[in-house]
Amino acid sequence: MSAARFAVTSDVLSLDALIECVVAQHAGPVGAVTSFLGLVRAENVGRVVTYLDYEAYEPLAVKAFGRIADEIAELWPGASIGVHHRVGRVDIAEASIAIVAVSAHRADAFAACRYVIERVKQIAPIWKHEHFDGGDVWIEGATAEPDDEGARLEARKRACA
Amino acid sequence: MRVTVRLFARLKDIAGAPELERDVPADATLADVWALLAHDFPAMAPYRGSVSGARNAEYARMDAAIADGDEIAFLPPVSGG
Repeated sequence: MSAARFAVTSDVLSLDALIECVVAQHAGPVGAVTSFLGLVRAENVGRVVTYLDYEAYEPLAVKAFGRIADEIAELWPGASIGVHHRVGRVDIAEASIAIVAVSAHRADAFAACRYVIERVKQIAPIWKHEHFDGGDVWIEGATAEPDDEGARLEARKRACA
Repeated sequence: MRVTVRLFARLKDIAGAPELERDVPADATLADVWALLAHDFPAMAPYRGSVSGARNAEYARMDAAIADGDEIAFLPPVSGG
């Protein structure tokens, strides 16, 4: 895994590598590290999922992660984050996304980490192609509108719940 | 002028290709490029209200102007994570 804080990759994700990278690049004191791994579930809305095939508009996805990091720098100054997302086939129980947030104290790290996953689901140009027993379907979630203030507020509300 | 159009997920499947070339008028906007695609691939038309646009790998509004050689992308609703 590369030392980039933001990446889209077909490699297996390493949380340890991402933590090391974000901590090493963090400007302030580090007293808290939180992380999130999203795993591929074997079930989705009653379907027996066999695997997911992720597609991304890679350069824009990496920029979207950077945009989320900028938003976090405004909301929780002193917190910084890293995001690695898989593309290609991801099997059941494998991680499709790894997120790390670091800060001086735990509250900001927890909030920032939750904020990242909410915003990724809102604005990162990445798509799940779900393969299940009996067929396959593209999952379509949110219309990506990075400047939508309402979506940002919703993500912040969930982060601070 | 000529632009490259990148398509993803179901839009790619509808077009049968991840990338297309289109000739557009000099004053064209993203919306004009979308209209060409919706004409060529009627199954895309229902996405008009939910699609996002990008120009040269930056999010762009549908009324944004474009230039010769641009890479335009249309993004159906996203589902990362």
